Amino acid sequence: MDLTTLFINIFALSCLFISYIKDKQKTTQAVRIAVKTFIKILPTILLIVVLVGLLLGFVPNSIISKYMGSHSGIVGIVGSAVLGAILYIPSIVAFPLAASFIEAGASITAVAIFITTLTMIGFVTLPLEIKELGKKIALLRNAISILLAILIGVLMGAIL
Amino acid sequence: MKQNLKMKQRKTTIKSWLFFSVGLAFTIILIIIFPDRKAKVETFSLQILIEMLYILPAVMLLIGFFAVWVPKELVIKLMGKTSGIKGIGLSLFLGALPTGPLYIAFPMAAALIQKGARVSNIVIFLSAWACIKIPQEMVELQFLGIKFMALRLGLTIVFVVLMGVFIEFFIDYGKRKKEKRENLSKS
Repeated sequence: MDLTTLFINIFALSCLFISYIKDKQKTTQAVRIAVKTFIKILPTILLIVVLVGLLLGFVPNSIISKYMGSHSGIVGIVGSAVLGAILYIPSIVAFPLAASFIEAGASITAVAIFITTLTMIGFVTLPLEIKELGKKIALLRNAISILLAILIGVLMGAIL
Repeated sequence: MKQNLKMKQRKTTIKSWLFFSVGLAFTIILIIIFPDRKAKVETFSLQILIEMLYILPAVMLLIGFFAVWVPKELVIKLMGKTSGIKGIGLSLFLGALPTGPLYIAFPMAAALIQKGARVSNIVIFLSAWACIKIPQEMVELQFLGIKFMALRLGLTIVFVVLMGVFIEFFIDYGKRKKEKRENLSKS
């Protein structure tokens, strides 16, 4: 277990402790929400575990670096952006997937774009967003977010 | 409406299990065809599973605490009143609190519009909610490293704020034009 993990677990446990002292009932409720969220996300966690095994065990690194590597050019950029926008994976489990993409030869740019469009843009949730906020705000926000994600990815690739 | 949402959630859960089963079956078939890859797949899968189990329970706990201690109504109350730099900061901060999936944020944002909050703040709030969640950043830190996480976070904040300001300008411009036309046709 590394330092980050240790820190986050200690932080969560301290929150648990403080919350318990302040209000037992609310703490029970919070733990219940935590367990429910975990159960809800469990199939996706297991899916990612399988996908990472497939990705690193079967897909040759040359293919990943061809389509998502630093020389993949516009195909890699647009491909990662579209992939992130369409997929509906909770970002918590998307980071492990992204890390294994990098391990398999994908570029920082492609992975940063993928994560950013994945979180900022939701084709699945777009109808709801339009319904609640109107076409103008919803469509503008999603369209600009795609451009921003690409910009963020390109900048990160240039800096890192 | 609430029941509808619940049914939708149950459907999503069933779908997720289905996806997992298909993925697992596919992997098992592949391993039977290529037995030499078995060790590699097992190693990587197990490694990522352990890494996720180290961190995800803590993240789930944090999500639970925020859901209980920072109710939606409080967020709406705080955001409705502020503007300027303080409003931008507050929108970023409140959006980043781990209070649930994005589809919860849409009705909240709609309520905020009705309360008269600025469009820029609402867009910033929504985008922060979507991609700058505090527990998520912790997971990003663990899996992708401090440099990647900090740089992406910094760039995202800058661009999200710019986007909010731009969308507000665009929408207000459209409104002003419409008002002008209406005034002209009246006179």
